[in-house]
Amino acid sequence: MSSSKCSLCTFIKSSIGRKLVVALTGLALVLFLAGHLSGNLLIFAGAEVFDAYAEFLHSFLHGMGVWVARIGLLACFVIHIWFTVLLTRENKKARTPYVHEATVQASKSSRIMIWSGLTILAFVIFHLLHFTVRIDSDLAALGEASPWEMVIQGFQNPLVTIFYVIAMTLLCSHLSHGVASIFQTLGLRSKKTAGAIKFISCAYAFVIYVGFISIPLSIWLFGFGR
Amino acid sequence: MSLLNLTLKVWRQDNPSDSGRIETYEAKEIPTSASFLEMIDIVNERLIKDGHDPIHFDHDCREGICGMCSMTINGVPHSKERGTTTCQLHMRKFSDGETIYIEPFRAKAFPVIKDLVTDRSSFDRIIGAGGFISVRTGSAPDAHAVPVPKPDADAAFDAAACIGCGACVATCKNASAMLFVSAKASHLNHLPQGQVEKDQRTLSMVRQMDAEGFGNCTNQYECEAVCPKEISVQHIAKLNRDYLAASAREGVS
Ligand code: HEM
Ligand code: SF4
Ligand code: FES
Repeated sequence: MSSSKCSLCTFIKSSIGRKLVVALTGLALVLFLAGHLSGNLLIFAGAEVFDAYAEFLHSFLHGMGVWVARIGLLACFVIHIWFTVLLTRENKKARTPYVHEATVQASKSSRIMIWSGLTILAFVIFHLLHFTVRIDSDLAALGEASPWEMVIQGFQNPLVTIFYVIAMTLLCSHLSHGVASIFQTLGLRSKKTAGAIKFISCAYAFVIYVGFISIPLSIWLFGFGR
Repeated sequence: MSLLNLTLKVWRQDNPSDSGRIETYEAKEIPTSASFLEMIDIVNERLIKDGHDPIHFDHDCREGICGMCSMTINGVPHSKERGTTTCQLHMRKFSDGETIYIEPFRAKAFPVIKDLVTDRSSFDRIIGAGGFISVRTGSAPDAHAVPVPKPDADAAFDAAACIGCGACVATCKNASAMLFVSAKASHLNHLPQGQVEKDQRTLSMVRQMDAEGFGNCTNQYECEAVCPKEISVQHIAKLNRDYLAASAREGVS
Protein backbone atom coordinates (compact mmCIF):
# COMPACT_ATOMS: atom_id res chain seq x y z
CA MET A 1 0.00 0.00 0.00
CA SER A 2 2.62 2.51 1.04
CA SER A 3 4.77 1.44 -1.89
CA SER A 4 1.93 2.05 -4.35
CA LYS A 5 1.28 5.47 -2.86
CA CYS A 6 4.92 6.29 -3.18
CA SER A 7 5.16 5.22 -6.81
CA LEU A 8 2.22 7.49 -7.58
CA CYS A 9 4.24 10.35 -6.06
CA THR A 10 7.27 9.36 -8.13
CA PHE A 11 5.10 9.17 -11.22
CA ILE A 12 3.60 12.63 -10.64
CA LYS A 13 7.06 14.08 -10.08
CA SER A 14 8.43 12.67 -13.35
CA SER A 15 8.33 14.67 -16.57
CA ILE A 16 6.06 12.18 -18.34
CA GLY A 17 3.79 11.81 -15.30
CA ARG A 18 3.20 15.54 -15.05
CA LYS A 19 2.57 15.75 -18.77
CA LEU A 20 -0.07 13.08 -18.35
CA VAL A 21 -1.78 15.05 -15.58
CA VAL A 22 -1.83 18.11 -17.86
CA ALA A 23 -3.29 16.04 -20.70
CA LEU A 24 -6.02 14.44 -18.54
CA THR A 25 -7.11 17.70 -16.91
CA GLY A 26 -6.94 19.34 -20.36
CA LEU A 27 -9.12 16.56 -21.75
CA ALA A 28 -11.70 17.07 -18.99
CA LEU A 29 -11.81 20.80 -19.78
CA VAL A 30 -12.07 20.06 -23.51
CA LEU A 31 -15.09 17.81 -22.90
CA PHE A 32 -16.63 20.42 -20.62
CA LEU A 33 -16.26 23.08 -23.33
CA ALA A 34 -18.20 20.92 -25.80
CA GLY A 35 -21.04 20.53 -23.30
CA HIS A 36 -20.97 24.18 -22.28
CA LEU A 37 -21.17 25.30 -25.90
CA SER A 38 -24.08 22.97 -26.72
CA GLY A 39 -26.01 24.39 -23.78
CA ASN A 40 -25.14 27.99 -24.55
CA LEU A 41 -26.31 27.72 -28.15
CA LEU A 42 -29.84 27.19 -26.78
CA ILE A 43 -29.82 30.97 -26.42
CA PHE A 44 -30.84 31.06 -30.09
CA ALA A 45 -33.90 28.90 -29.28
CA GLY A 46 -35.32 31.80 -27.29
CA ALA A 47 -35.81 32.92 -23.70
CA GLU A 48 -38.15 30.11 -22.68
CA VAL A 49 -35.92 27.23 -23.77
CA PHE A 50 -32.73 28.83 -22.45
CA ASP A 51 -34.24 29.71 -19.06
CA ALA A 52 -35.63 26.20 -18.73
CA TYR A 53 -32.15 24.84 -19.48
CA ALA A 54 -30.63 27.12 -16.80
CA GLU A 55 -33.33 26.01 -14.38
CA PHE A 56 -32.57 22.36 -15.19
CA LEU A 57 -28.83 22.85 -14.48
CA HIS A 58 -29.60 24.39 -11.10
CA SER A 59 -32.16 21.82 -10.04
CA PHE A 60 -30.30 18.75 -11.34
CA LEU A 61 -29.82 16.22 -8.47
CA HIS A 62 -31.70 18.61 -6.15
CA GLY A 63 -29.20 21.36 -6.87
CA MET A 64 -26.23 19.13 -6.08
CA GLY A 65 -25.35 18.47 -9.73
CA VAL A 66 -24.16 21.95 -10.48
CA TRP A 67 -21.91 21.96 -7.42
CA VAL A 68 -20.40 18.60 -8.24
CA ALA A 69 -19.60 19.90 -11.71
CA ARG A 70 -18.22 23.19 -10.36
CA ILE A 71 -15.92 21.49 -7.86
CA GLY A 72 -14.72 18.96 -10.43
CA LEU A 73 -14.03 21.66 -12.99
CA LEU A 74 -12.31 23.90 -10.49
CA ALA A 75 -10.05 21.02 -9.45
CA CYS A 76 -9.14 20.25 -13.08
CA PHE A 77 -8.55 23.91 -13.81
CA VAL A 78 -6.32 24.50 -10.78
CA ILE A 79 -4.33 21.30 -11.32
CA HIS A 80 -3.93 22.07 -15.03
CA ILE A 81 -2.63 25.57 -14.30
CA TRP A 82 -0.39 24.42 -11.43
CA PHE A 83 1.35 21.79 -13.53
CA THR A 84 1.62 23.81 -16.74
CA VAL A 85 3.18 26.74 -14.89
CA LEU A 86 5.59 24.33 -13.23
CA LEU A 87 6.49 22.66 -16.55
CA THR A 88 6.86 25.97 -18.37
CA ARG A 89 9.22 27.32 -15.72
CA GLU A 90 11.33 24.16 -15.79
CA ASN A 91 11.45 24.26 -19.57
CA LYS A 92 12.70 27.84 -19.58
CA LYS A 93 15.40 26.84 -17.12
CA ALA A 94 16.54 23.83 -19.17
CA ARG A 95 17.26 26.00 -22.19
CA THR A 96 20.17 28.32 -23.00
CA PRO A 97 19.18 30.86 -25.63
CA TYR A 98 20.73 31.03 -29.09
CA VAL A 99 22.06 34.30 -30.47
CA HIS A 100 20.43 33.34 -33.76
CA GLU A 101 17.11 31.69 -32.90
CA ALA A 102 15.20 29.69 -35.48
CA THR A 103 12.05 27.56 -35.53
CA VAL A 104 11.65 24.72 -37.99
CA GLN A 105 8.11 23.48 -37.56
CA ALA A 106 6.74 24.26 -34.08
CA SER A 107 3.42 26.04 -34.57
CA LYS A 108 2.83 29.53 -33.26
CA SER A 109 0.00 28.16 -31.11
CA SER A 110 2.27 25.60 -29.49
CA ARG A 111 4.76 28.33 -28.61
CA ILE A 112 2.31 30.62 -26.86
CA MET A 113 0.51 27.97 -24.77
CA ILE A 114 1.35 29.67 -21.49
CA TRP A 115 0.11 33.06 -22.75
CA SER A 116 -3.07 31.73 -24.31
CA GLY A 117 -3.61 29.76 -21.10
CA LEU A 118 -3.13 32.77 -18.84
CA THR A 119 -5.53 34.81 -20.99
CA ILE A 120 -8.10 32.04 -20.57
CA LEU A 121 -7.51 32.19 -16.82
CA ALA A 122 -8.11 35.96 -16.76
CA PHE A 123 -11.20 35.47 -18.89
CA VAL A 124 -12.63 32.70 -16.73
CA ILE A 125 -12.28 34.85 -13.60
CA PHE A 126 -14.04 37.75 -15.32
CA HIS A 127 -16.68 35.47 -16.84
CA LEU A 128 -17.59 33.93 -13.48
CA LEU A 129 -17.84 37.33 -11.79
CA HIS A 130 -19.95 38.55 -14.70
CA PHE A 131 -22.48 35.75 -15.19
CA THR A 132 -22.16 33.36 -12.23
CA VAL A 133 -21.40 35.53 -9.17
CA ARG A 134 -23.04 38.54 -10.92
CA ILE A 135 -21.21 41.39 -9.22
CA ASP A 136 -23.20 43.87 -11.32
CA SER A 137 -26.45 44.27 -9.34
CA ASP A 138 -28.55 45.12 -12.41
CA LEU A 139 -27.42 41.95 -14.12
CA ALA A 140 -27.98 40.01 -10.90
CA ALA A 141 -31.59 41.17 -10.75
CA LEU A 142 -32.10 40.29 -14.41
CA GLY A 143 -30.46 36.92 -13.88
CA GLU A 144 -32.87 36.01 -11.10
CA ALA A 145 -35.82 36.54 -13.42
CA SER A 146 -34.35 35.34 -16.73
CA PRO A 147 -30.77 34.20 -17.45
CA TRP A 148 -31.56 34.76 -21.14
CA GLU A 149 -32.24 38.47 -20.53
CA MET A 150 -29.05 38.66 -18.45
CA VAL A 151 -26.92 37.33 -21.31
CA ILE A 152 -28.51 39.66 -23.85
CA GLN A 153 -27.99 42.61 -21.50
CA GLY A 154 -24.49 41.48 -20.54
CA PHE A 155 -23.25 41.59 -24.13
CA GLN A 156 -24.58 45.08 -24.83
CA ASN A 157 -21.30 46.35 -23.44
CA PRO A 158 -18.75 46.54 -26.30
CA LEU A 159 -15.76 46.13 -23.98
CA VAL A 160 -17.19 42.88 -22.63
CA THR A 161 -17.78 41.60 -26.13
CA ILE A 162 -14.33 42.58 -27.38
CA PHE A 163 -12.61 40.91 -24.41
CA TYR A 164 -14.79 37.85 -24.97
CA VAL A 165 -13.75 37.58 -28.61
CA ILE A 166 -10.04 38.08 -27.82
CA ALA A 167 -10.18 35.41 -25.12
CA MET A 168 -11.98 32.98 -27.45
CA THR A 169 -9.36 33.60 -30.16
CA LEU A 170 -6.63 32.57 -27.74
CA LEU A 171 -8.72 29.65 -26.53
CA CYS A 172 -8.98 28.51 -30.14
CA SER A 173 -5.21 28.75 -30.46
CA HIS A 174 -4.75 26.83 -27.17
CA LEU A 175 -7.06 24.07 -28.32
CA SER A 176 -5.62 23.75 -31.81
CA HIS A 177 -2.35 22.58 -30.25
CA GLY A 178 -3.77 21.17 -27.02
CA VAL A 179 -6.26 18.67 -28.42
CA ALA A 180 -3.70 17.09 -30.77
CA SER A 181 -1.22 17.11 -27.91
CA ILE A 182 -3.50 14.96 -25.74
CA PHE A 183 -3.19 12.08 -28.20
CA GLN A 184 0.61 12.22 -28.25
CA THR A 185 0.90 12.51 -24.46
CA LEU A 186 -1.42 9.55 -23.94
CA GLY A 187 0.65 7.61 -26.48
CA LEU A 188 -2.18 7.32 -28.99
CA ARG A 189 -0.56 9.10 -31.93
CA SER A 190 1.33 7.38 -34.73
CA LYS A 191 2.60 8.33 -38.18
CA LYS A 192 -0.59 6.92 -39.69
CA THR A 193 -2.97 8.81 -37.42
CA ALA A 194 -0.98 12.08 -37.19
CA GLY A 195 -2.88 13.76 -40.04
CA ALA A 196 -6.31 12.80 -38.72
CA ILE A 197 -5.42 13.94 -35.20
CA LYS A 198 -4.25 17.30 -36.46
CA PHE A 199 -7.47 17.69 -38.40
CA ILE A 200 -9.66 16.74 -35.42
CA SER A 201 -7.76 19.19 -33.24
CA CYS A 202 -8.12 22.13 -35.63
CA ALA A 203 -11.75 21.30 -36.42
CA TYR A 204 -12.64 21.09 -32.72
CA ALA A 205 -10.89 24.40 -32.00
CA PHE A 206 -12.68 26.03 -34.92
CA VAL A 207 -16.15 24.79 -33.91
CA ILE A 208 -15.60 25.93 -30.32
CA TYR A 209 -14.40 29.31 -31.57
CA VAL A 210 -17.21 30.00 -34.01
CA GLY A 211 -19.81 28.60 -31.61
CA PHE A 212 -18.82 30.74 -28.65
CA ILE A 213 -18.25 34.02 -30.49
CA SER A 214 -21.50 33.64 -32.43
CA ILE A 215 -23.42 34.53 -29.26
CA PRO A 216 -21.93 37.92 -28.31
CA LEU A 217 -21.50 38.89 -31.96
CA SER A 218 -25.14 38.18 -32.82
CA ILE A 219 -26.22 40.22 -29.82
CA TRP A 220 -23.82 43.10 -30.23
CA LEU A 221 -23.54 43.40 -34.00
CA PHE A 222 -26.89 42.09 -35.22
CA GLY A 223 -29.07 43.13 -32.30
CA PHE A 224 -30.22 39.60 -31.49
CA GLY A 225 -32.65 39.58 -28.55
CA ARG A 226 -33.53 43.26 -28.89
CA MET B 1 35.20 24.90 -59.41
CA SER B 2 33.35 27.77 -57.86
CA LEU B 3 34.57 29.34 -54.64
CA LEU B 4 32.54 30.99 -51.90
CA ASN B 5 33.35 33.97 -49.72
CA LEU B 6 31.40 33.84 -46.50
CA THR B 7 31.10 35.72 -43.24
CA LEU B 8 31.04 33.51 -40.16
CA LYS B 9 29.59 34.61 -36.83
CA VAL B 10 31.07 32.03 -34.49
CA TRP B 11 30.46 31.46 -30.78
CA ARG B 12 33.78 31.60 -28.92
CA GLN B 13 33.92 30.58 -25.30
CA ASP B 14 37.24 29.99 -23.56
CA ASN B 15 36.03 27.60 -20.89
CA PRO B 16 32.82 26.40 -19.20
CA SER B 17 32.60 29.41 -16.89
CA ASP B 18 33.37 32.03 -19.56
CA SER B 19 30.25 33.92 -20.63
CA GLY B 20 31.20 33.59 -24.32
CA ARG B 21 30.73 35.90 -27.30
CA ILE B 22 30.12 35.93 -31.04
CA GLU B 23 33.19 36.66 -33.17
CA THR B 24 33.24 37.41 -36.87
CA TYR B 25 35.54 35.65 -39.36
CA GLU B 26 35.85 35.90 -43.10
CA ALA B 27 35.87 32.47 -44.77
CA LYS B 28 37.53 33.14 -48.12
CA GLU B 29 37.69 30.96 -51.22
CA ILE B 30 35.79 27.99 -49.85
CA PRO B 31 35.25 25.25 -52.49
CA THR B 32 31.59 24.26 -52.87
CA SER B 33 32.70 20.62 -52.67
CA ALA B 34 33.98 21.10 -49.11
CA SER B 35 31.94 19.83 -46.22
CA PHE B 36 30.92 22.25 -43.49
CA LEU B 37 33.61 20.87 -41.20
CA GLU B 38 36.24 21.16 -43.95
CA MET B 39 35.21 24.79 -44.35
CA ILE B 40 36.01 25.34 -40.67
CA ASP B 41 39.28 23.43 -41.10
CA ILE B 42 40.26 25.92 -43.82
CA VAL B 43 39.35 28.88 -41.59
CA ASN B 44 41.25 27.30 -38.68
CA GLU B 45 44.40 26.80 -40.76
CA ARG B 46 44.47 30.51 -41.44
CA LEU B 47 43.77 31.30 -37.80
CA ILE B 48 46.67 29.09 -36.73
CA LYS B 49 48.98 30.59 -39.35
CA ASP B 50 48.12 34.06 -38.05
CA GLY B 51 48.88 32.94 -34.50
CA HIS B 52 45.27 32.83 -33.27
CA ASP B 53 43.43 30.17 -31.29
CA PRO B 54 41.56 27.94 -33.78
CA ILE B 55 37.80 27.38 -33.45
CA HIS B 56 37.31 24.24 -31.37
CA PHE B 57 34.63 21.81 -32.53
CA ASP B 58 33.71 18.15 -32.11
CA HIS B 59 33.99 15.63 -34.93
CA ASP B 60 35.07 12.07 -35.50
CA CYS B 61 33.80 9.88 -38.34
CA ARG B 62 32.90 12.68 -40.75
CA GLU B 63 30.53 10.29 -42.47
CA GLY B 64 27.33 10.80 -40.51
CA ILE B 65 27.45 7.80 -38.20
CA CYS B 66 29.20 8.73 -34.97
CA GLY B 67 27.12 11.67 -33.76
CA MET B 68 30.09 13.75 -32.60
CA CYS B 69 29.74 16.76 -34.88
CA SER B 70 27.49 19.24 -33.16
CA MET B 71 26.94 22.72 -34.42
CA THR B 72 23.90 24.88 -34.63
CA ILE B 73 23.97 26.55 -38.02
CA ASN B 74 21.79 29.65 -38.39
CA GLY B 75 19.76 28.53 -35.37
CA VAL B 76 19.20 24.95 -36.55
CA PRO B 77 21.32 22.02 -35.31
CA HIS B 78 23.09 20.37 -38.28
CA SER B 79 21.58 23.18 -40.44
CA LYS B 80 18.16 23.43 -42.02
CA GLU B 81 18.91 20.62 -44.50
CA ARG B 82 16.80 17.60 -43.54
CA GLY B 83 18.33 14.29 -42.52
CA THR B 84 21.90 15.56 -42.51
CA THR B 85 24.71 15.76 -39.98
CA THR B 86 27.02 18.78 -40.03
CA CYS B 87 29.86 16.63 -41.37
CA GLN B 88 27.70 15.51 -44.30
CA LEU B 89 26.58 19.03 -45.13
CA HIS B 90 28.17 20.46 -48.25
CA MET B 91 29.09 24.07 -48.83
CA ARG B 92 27.21 24.05 -52.14
CA LYS B 93 24.08 24.45 -49.99
CA PHE B 94 25.27 28.00 -49.23
CA SER B 95 25.58 30.97 -51.51
CA ASP B 96 28.39 33.42 -52.03
CA GLY B 97 28.40 36.37 -49.62
CA GLU B 98 26.19 34.64 -47.04
CA THR B 99 26.52 35.27 -43.31
CA ILE B 100 26.38 32.08 -41.26
CA TYR B 101 25.82 31.90 -37.51
CA ILE B 102 27.61 28.95 -35.89
CA GLU B 103 26.80 28.15 -32.27
CA PRO B 104 27.22 25.14 -29.99
CA PHE B 105 24.32 22.80 -29.18
CA ARG B 106 22.65 24.72 -26.39
CA ALA B 107 21.01 23.15 -23.34
CA LYS B 108 21.67 23.29 -19.61
CA ALA B 109 22.32 19.55 -19.70
CA PHE B 110 24.98 20.04 -22.43
CA PRO B 111 27.45 22.49 -20.86
CA VAL B 112 29.90 24.12 -23.24
CA ILE B 113 33.49 22.97 -22.72
CA LYS B 114 35.06 25.31 -25.25
CA ASP B 115 33.72 27.18 -28.29
CA LEU B 116 31.51 24.66 -30.12
CA VAL B 117 32.47 21.66 -27.99
CA THR B 118 29.82 20.54 -25.52
CA ASP B 119 29.77 17.90 -22.81
CA ARG B 120 27.06 15.43 -23.80
CA SER B 121 27.92 12.78 -21.23
CA SER B 122 24.41 13.18 -19.80
CA PHE B 123 23.36 10.98 -22.75
CA ASP B 124 25.91 8.34 -21.73
CA ARG B 125 24.48 8.28 -18.22
CA ILE B 126 20.98 7.76 -19.63
CA ILE B 127 22.25 4.80 -21.66
CA GLY B 128 24.05 3.52 -18.56
CA ALA B 129 20.77 3.67 -16.65
CA GLY B 130 18.93 1.27 -18.98
CA GLY B 131 19.91 1.42 -22.64
CA PHE B 132 21.21 -2.14 -22.71
CA ILE B 133 20.20 -5.79 -22.44
CA SER B 134 21.89 -8.15 -20.00
CA VAL B 135 23.20 -11.23 -21.80
CA ARG B 136 26.02 -13.68 -21.37
CA THR B 137 28.99 -12.77 -23.47
CA GLY B 138 30.50 -15.44 -25.68
CA SER B 139 29.98 -16.44 -29.27
CA ALA B 140 27.17 -14.66 -31.09
CA PRO B 141 23.84 -16.53 -31.10
CA ASP B 142 22.49 -17.82 -34.42
CA ALA B 143 20.66 -15.08 -36.28
CA HIS B 144 17.41 -17.07 -36.37
CA ALA B 145 17.58 -18.31 -32.77
CA VAL B 146 15.09 -15.69 -31.60
CA PRO B 147 12.36 -14.95 -34.15
CA VAL B 148 11.41 -11.25 -34.35
CA PRO B 149 8.16 -10.24 -36.08
CA LYS B 150 8.91 -8.11 -39.14
CA PRO B 151 7.04 -4.96 -37.96
CA ASP B 152 8.91 -5.05 -34.64
CA ALA B 153 12.22 -5.60 -36.36
CA ASP B 154 11.55 -2.62 -38.63
CA ALA B 155 10.47 -0.34 -35.78
CA ALA B 156 13.47 -1.37 -33.68
CA PHE B 157 15.78 -0.79 -36.61
CA ASP B 158 14.37 2.69 -37.26
CA ALA B 159 14.87 3.60 -33.62
CA ALA B 160 18.35 2.08 -33.54
CA ALA B 161 19.44 4.49 -36.27
CA CYS B 162 19.82 7.21 -33.59
CA ILE B 163 23.48 8.24 -33.40
CA GLY B 164 23.10 10.08 -30.09
CA CYS B 165 24.17 13.42 -31.48
CA GLY B 166 21.88 15.53 -29.30
CA ALA B 167 20.45 17.70 -32.08
CA CYS B 168 16.97 16.89 -30.80
CA VAL B 169 17.81 18.47 -27.43
CA ALA B 170 19.61 21.39 -29.03
CA THR B 171 16.66 22.36 -31.21
CA CYS B 172 13.90 21.70 -28.68
CA LYS B 173 12.40 24.87 -27.20
CA ASN B 174 12.46 23.06 -23.85
CA ALA B 175 15.79 21.25 -24.30
CA SER B 176 13.92 17.97 -23.84
CA ALA B 177 15.73 14.71 -24.53
CA MET B 178 12.56 12.76 -25.28
CA LEU B 179 13.41 11.89 -28.88
CA PHE B 180 16.81 10.45 -27.96
CA VAL B 181 15.54 8.57 -24.90
CA SER B 182 12.48 7.28 -26.73
CA ALA B 183 14.60 6.05 -29.65
CA LYS B 184 16.99 4.21 -27.35
CA ALA B 185 14.20 2.73 -25.21
CA SER B 186 11.99 1.90 -28.20
CA HIS B 187 14.83 0.11 -29.98
CA LEU B 188 15.14 -2.45 -27.17
CA ASN B 189 11.51 -2.40 -25.99
CA HIS B 190 10.42 -3.55 -29.44
CA LEU B 191 12.60 -6.67 -29.41
CA PRO B 192 12.08 -10.01 -27.65
CA GLN B 193 15.60 -9.69 -26.20
CA GLY B 194 14.58 -6.45 -24.53
CA GLN B 195 11.39 -7.70 -22.85
CA VAL B 196 12.88 -9.00 -19.58
CA GLU B 197 14.20 -5.60 -18.54
CA LYS B 198 11.59 -3.52 -20.36
CA ASP B 199 9.86 -1.90 -17.37
CA GLN B 200 13.04 -1.30 -15.44
CA ARG B 201 14.73 0.14 -18.52
CA THR B 202 11.86 2.52 -19.22
CA LEU B 203 11.65 3.76 -15.62
CA SER B 204 15.41 4.10 -15.16
CA MET B 205 16.06 5.91 -18.42
CA VAL B 206 13.24 8.41 -17.89
CA ARG B 207 14.34 9.05 -14.30
CA GLN B 208 17.94 9.59 -15.38
CA MET B 209 16.73 11.93 -18.12
CA ASP B 210 14.82 13.98 -15.54
CA ALA B 211 17.78 14.00 -13.15
CA GLU B 212 20.07 15.39 -15.84
CA GLY B 213 18.01 18.57 -16.10
CA PHE B 214 16.50 18.19 -19.57
CA GLY B 215 13.20 19.98 -20.12
CA ASN B 216 9.72 18.50 -20.62
CA CYS B 217 8.36 17.67 -24.05
CA THR B 218 5.54 19.95 -25.28
CA ASN B 219 4.84 18.02 -28.49
CA GLN B 220 6.16 20.65 -30.88
CA TYR B 221 8.13 18.10 -32.92
CA GLU B 222 11.12 20.32 -33.66
CA CYS B 223 13.30 17.30 -32.79
CA GLU B 224 11.87 15.12 -35.54
CA ALA B 225 12.47 17.88 -38.09
CA VAL B 226 16.18 18.31 -37.31
CA CYS B 227 17.12 14.73 -36.44
CA PRO B 228 19.82 13.66 -38.94
CA LYS B 229 18.46 10.10 -38.76
CA GLU B 230 14.84 11.27 -39.06
CA ILE B 231 13.75 9.42 -35.92
CA SER B 232 9.95 9.68 -35.64
CA VAL B 233 8.14 11.20 -32.65
CA GLN B 234 6.06 8.03 -32.80
CA HIS B 235 8.75 6.64 -30.49
CA ILE B 236 7.94 9.37 -27.96
CA ALA B 237 4.29 8.26 -27.97
CA LYS B 238 5.49 4.71 -27.30
CA LEU B 239 7.76 5.87 -24.49
CA ASN B 240 4.79 7.68 -22.89
CA ARG B 241 2.76 4.46 -23.11
CA ASP B 242 5.56 2.23 -21.85
CA TYR B 243 6.35 4.59 -18.99
CA LEU B 244 2.71 4.72 -17.89
CA ALA B 245 2.42 0.93 -18.01
CA ALA B 246 5.74 0.40 -16.22
CA SER B 247 4.78 2.89 -13.48
CA ALA B 248 1.42 1.20 -13.01
CA ARG B 249 3.03 -2.24 -12.72
CA GLU B 250 5.63 -0.88 -10.32
CA GLY B 251 2.80 0.60 -8.26
CA VAL B 252 0.85 -2.63 -7.84
CA SER B 253 3.83 -4.88 -7.24
C1 HEM C 1 -10.76 25.87 -20.80
C2 HEM C 1 -9.57 25.87 -20.37
C3 HEM C 1 -8.41 25.03 -20.88
C4 HEM C 1 -8.40 23.95 -21.73
C5 HEM C 1 -9.58 23.29 -22.40
C6 HEM C 1 -7.02 23.55 -21.86
C7 HEM C 1 -6.60 22.47 -22.61
C8 HEM C 1 -5.30 22.08 -22.75
C9 HEM C 1 -4.86 20.88 -23.40
C10 HEM C 1 -5.76 19.86 -24.01
C11 HEM C 1 -3.50 20.84 -23.34
C12 HEM C 1 -2.58 19.80 -23.94
C13 HEM C 1 -2.13 18.79 -22.92
C14 HEM C 1 -1.00 17.94 -23.43
O1 HEM C 1 0.14 18.43 -23.53
O2 HEM C 1 -1.23 16.77 -23.75
C15 HEM C 1 -3.09 22.03 -22.68
C16 HEM C 1 -1.77 22.37 -22.46
C17 HEM C 1 -1.37 23.52 -21.81
N1 HEM C 1 -2.19 24.39 -21.12
FE1 HEM C 1 -4.19 24.38 -21.12
N2 HEM C 1 -6.22 24.38 -21.14
C18 HEM C 1 -7.03 25.30 -20.52
C19 HEM C 1 -6.63 26.30 -19.66
C20 HEM C 1 -5.32 26.64 -19.40
C21 HEM C 1 -4.92 27.68 -18.51
C22 HEM C 1 -5.83 28.59 -17.69
C23 HEM C 1 -3.57 27.73 -18.54
C24 HEM C 1 -2.76 28.72 -17.76
C25 HEM C 1 -1.60 28.57 -17.30
C26 HEM C 1 -3.11 26.69 -19.46
C27 HEM C 1 -1.80 26.44 -19.82
C28 HEM C 1 -1.39 25.40 -20.60
C29 HEM C 1 -0.01 25.17 -21.01
C30 HEM C 1 1.20 26.04 -20.68
C31 HEM C 1 -0.01 23.99 -21.75
C32 HEM C 1 1.19 23.32 -22.40
C33 HEM C 1 1.74 22.30 -21.47
C34 HEM C 1 2.66 21.36 -22.14
O3 HEM C 1 2.53 21.12 -23.34
O4 HEM C 1 3.54 20.83 -21.46
N3 HEM C 1 -4.21 26.04 -19.96
N4 HEM C 1 -4.18 22.76 -22.30
S1 SF4 D 1 17.14 11.18 -31.96
FE1 SF4 D 1 18.13 12.06 -33.80
S2 SF4 D 1 18.71 14.14 -33.16
FE2 SF4 D 1 18.33 12.98 -31.27
S3 SF4 D 1 20.30 12.14 -30.65
FE3 SF4 D 1 19.33 10.55 -31.93
S4 SF4 D 1 20.08 10.97 -34.02
FE4 SF4 D 1 20.54 12.83 -32.82
S1 FES E 1 31.48 13.55 -37.43
FE1 FES E 1 30.51 11.61 -37.10
S2 FES E 1 28.43 12.10 -37.50
FE2 FES E 1 29.42 13.94 -38.02
